[in-house]
Amino acid sequence: MDAILLQILNGLDKGGAYALIALGLTLVFGTLGVVNFAHGAIFMLGAFCAVSINALLKLEQVVLDPTQTTAWGTPLEIRTPYIESWLGEWGTLLIQYSVPISILFAIPVMLLIGLVMERGLIQFFYKRPHADQILVTFGLAIILQEIIKEIFGANPIPQSAPPLVAGSVSITETIVYPYWRIVYLFFSLTLISGVFAFLRFTTFGMVVRAGMQDRETVGLLGINIERRFTIVFGVATVVAGLAGVMYTPILPPDYHMGMDFLVLSFVVVVVGGMGSLGGAVSAGFLLGILQSFASMNEVNSILPGIDQIIIYLVAVVILLVRPRGLMGRKGVMED
Amino acid sequence: MFGISKINDIMLLVAFAAIILAGPIILEPIGASYPDLLQKFAIFGIFAIGFNILFGLTGYLSFGHAAFLGVGSYAAVWSFKLLSMNAIPAIAIAVVLSGLFALAIGYVSLRRAGIYFSILTLAFAQMSYNLAYSVLTPITNGETGLRVLRTDPRYLDVMFGADVGAAQPTTNFFGIEMTGWPGFYFCGIVLIAAFAFSIVIFRSPFGMTLRAIKSNQNRMGYTGFNSRPYLMSAFIISGMYAGLAGSLLAVTDPLAGAERMQWTASGEVVLMTILGGAGTLLGPVLGAGIIKYFENIFSAFNESVLNSLFEFMPEDVRHVVVEVAGLFVGDGWHLTLGVLFMIVVIFLPGGLMEGAMRVLRIKHSPKVTNIGKSPQRDIVGEGAIEENLDDRVRTAPARSKPTG
Amino acid sequence: MNNAVLSIHDVHKSFAGLHALSNINLDIRESESHAIIGPNGAGKSTLLNVCVGRLAPTRGTVLFDGTELTGKHPFEINQLGVARVFQTPEIFEDLTVIENVMIPMFSRRDRSFGLNIHSRFDEQTEIQSESVQVLADLGLGDHLAHLTNSLSRGDKRRLELAMCLVQHPKLLLLDEPTAGMARADTNATIELLKRIKATGITIVIIEHDMHVVFSLADRITVLAGGTIIAQGTPDEIKGNPKVVEAYLGEETV
Repeated sequence: MDAILLQILNGLDKGGAYALIALGLTLVFGTLGVVNFAHGAIFMLGAFCAVSINALLKLEQVVLDPTQTTAWGTPLEIRTPYIESWLGEWGTLLIQYSVPISILFAIPVMLLIGLVMERGLIQFFYKRPHADQILVTFGLAIILQEIIKEIFGANPIPQSAPPLVAGSVSITETIVYPYWRIVYLFFSLTLISGVFAFLRFTTFGMVVRAGMQDRETVGLLGINIERRFTIVFGVATVVAGLAGVMYTPILPPDYHMGMDFLVLSFVVVVVGGMGSLGGAVSAGFLLGILQSFASMNEVNSILPGIDQIIIYLVAVVILLVRPRGLMGRKGVMED
Repeated sequence: MFGISKINDIMLLVAFAAIILAGPIILEPIGASYPDLLQKFAIFGIFAIGFNILFGLTGYLSFGHAAFLGVGSYAAVWSFKLLSMNAIPAIAIAVVLSGLFALAIGYVSLRRAGIYFSILTLAFAQMSYNLAYSVLTPITNGETGLRVLRTDPRYLDVMFGADVGAAQPTTNFFGIEMTGWPGFYFCGIVLIAAFAFSIVIFRSPFGMTLRAIKSNQNRMGYTGFNSRPYLMSAFIISGMYAGLAGSLLAVTDPLAGAERMQWTASGEVVLMTILGGAGTLLGPVLGAGIIKYFENIFSAFNESVLNSLFEFMPEDVRHVVVEVAGLFVGDGWHLTLGVLFMIVVIFLPGGLMEGAMRVLRIKHSPKVTNIGKSPQRDIVGEGAIEENLDDRVRTAPARSKPTG
Repeated sequence: MNNAVLSIHDVHKSFAGLHALSNINLDIRESESHAIIGPNGAGKSTLLNVCVGRLAPTRGTVLFDGTELTGKHPFEINQLGVARVFQTPEIFEDLTVIENVMIPMFSRRDRSFGLNIHSRFDEQTEIQSESVQVLADLGLGDHLAHLTNSLSRGDKRRLELAMCLVQHPKLLLLDEPTAGMARADTNATIELLKRIKATGITIVIIEHDMHVVFSLADRITVLAGGTIIAQGTPDEIKGNPKVVEAYLGEETV
């Protein structure tokens, strides 16, 4: 029983990340009609926002301390981050809380990236076939990840959670669960509810939802749907970026994490039903949990490697049995 | 009466064969005339030709073709280990296995079209890649990669009385070692055969049916065609081409690693095809050659090479230029690939073949505005169809000749 | 009733509770031209879609030559001998005109899915000469080697018709074949359809233009609101007050 609970918990944070990325993918597809293969790269960029902020805060000044010497007899170099020498304890605190701080920084940055991407590239591909959209965003994904590789190198860069939530909580005697994962879960739930509320309760959201149903009609009403869709693209970018920022203490980011998550998120979208926001979210969590179950030792000893392919197997079964996905609308993408 | 188009195709094939076989001489001036690189040209040419049979003809964009390449490589190396160092059984096994693999993946993926198909093929390739790295380590030897060992059994070789285990084995074709120039000529001849087969497919009713599917799958249904078996055949043929290419990689260098199946590798063959021109006969080979040539050059560059290259510039400018250019060379080759990818999709959706056709104004060739609408015919092919029709419709009154 | 080629029996079709078609009973007799008319949204195109297998009826059966059509794929229905012309021409835009016509013929010769990789289209003299013949007949002889996206709209319609005719269908379904055509073009199309009719092909035509309907149709079925409100010869329909009210009246107002 405990083991099951633990696996559910373990799956939730990964599921949260899948859900957040898949949400953006399906939102962009539903509104702009564009398949964005660079969406994973945006998640990765978000993660590297956190890395940059952390690195920035940790910029060190080197002071030679003549009173102490090293084993070689040279004066000892004392390295202190500038921010600590300027702000003292506050500075230390800032460094420790670099991940949540990065969120403040990531929101405008990701929004900017999203808007530039949409205006500078994606908008020219609305009328081109899906194959072209896939190819051009695929190229963009390669470029983004290679740039990150140039700057930050190929190795994963671990980030730490703030000390307040760095430890683990013992839920029962056998279940020890890192605080940060709980934070991530609540964070993703909040973000998801935020997006849903935005779409449901604002007039902007109403227009967007109407546009998802029938773009032409909304256009006929004299509403500039394209400008709204640009903003939708920005929102999707921010959501994926923040998902990336907050994920850094769980998984040390590296340059190719984007594609890894993208492929899985695509599968999530397929399972949930293309164009269905609720489907994307529930399928995200579902597959996250499923994956975590599959990686249990007990399961793996019977079916070795099942954790690597479980998600794909589910996708295959869904496609064969229920082509429109779990919550896809009837008739949408069924051919 | 029908001879003209056939003669044109044969001329195309003969010219192609001549260029390939004379490759070492022709490519001498651009410094590409050494066997390793030419082998790559030929092998990836085959890979791209196969990809084009799927994408160019049917419009189904597979993002998982590297998986078939990998399967081909692994199968070939296992054939070297268990059966014989001869290339023939390795190639045969690789082609059959990758065909079966394509059958399985195609069975699921081809239930959907468009983006779904792309996503599914990508997912399957990633799954294969993950498996090759983890659970299938006994078969793939994980990260180290699969290689032939002196101690391998090689039952066929033993049966024919070869001295197995005496020395580090090398691949051969009935005694001819498959390295260096013989290796290239072997691959080159396979490439010519692969090209010939693709001409046959392009000109056959099967090929035209595939193009019709690409053009309007809806109409195909109301015309009495069940598209799926045709798509399935194209997918399998295309997978077998990839397996063939993978096995040749192993023939020329008998080791296989999982990185061959990575999504960047799948992306590379897409790029080769669209760069040359999807749906054209020659385009994919051209694209493969260009990509591999520049990969070779760019990867070899480093800062000192760049510095000497830009020596004519003033010190400060040179520094900046070298710094920027440095991003794109050496390890940065993938960045170049990505940039190239976007440039081709945005500015040259018809690929080089279409560009060349427009420049040469050989035939009326409308500007291609997206990759889905590639010119479909090579210079030779289109002329052939028209001339052939001239014969047939000479009786039809008041026929105006198509503008040309 | 024995000579019914297509018999639609008790067909219902609803979309999410909305009844697009209800209680449709219709027999199309062999070699007749049958027009289906009705105001917009009456369910005419839906009925055609049910017949060709694009939509599955919620209830009811469609029999063609005694074969049950419901549940069959469009390609199977086409192979039985049903060809359809769409409201907006569905042709192969990236292929040449003659290729467009050869493909449908090929589907008739390649039913059991032969890959046929070894043979070439241009070697199949029979297919080619018949395609040329049919295209010349329909006035497309000048465009054989042109890509179809260079054709005019009227030519595209004629091409789609040619694609159907080379299959020698038993039943030809036409969805507003003259929509948006000039009067002269319309008259030419009427003449063409009369010639087709004379060859014994059964025709079902959806049409708004009453001139076309009354010059072609042997019988007329009037749909309104998803049900059949009248059926009969052109003369009967002209005099039917219900029809005048539901449809013809709308036009004269």
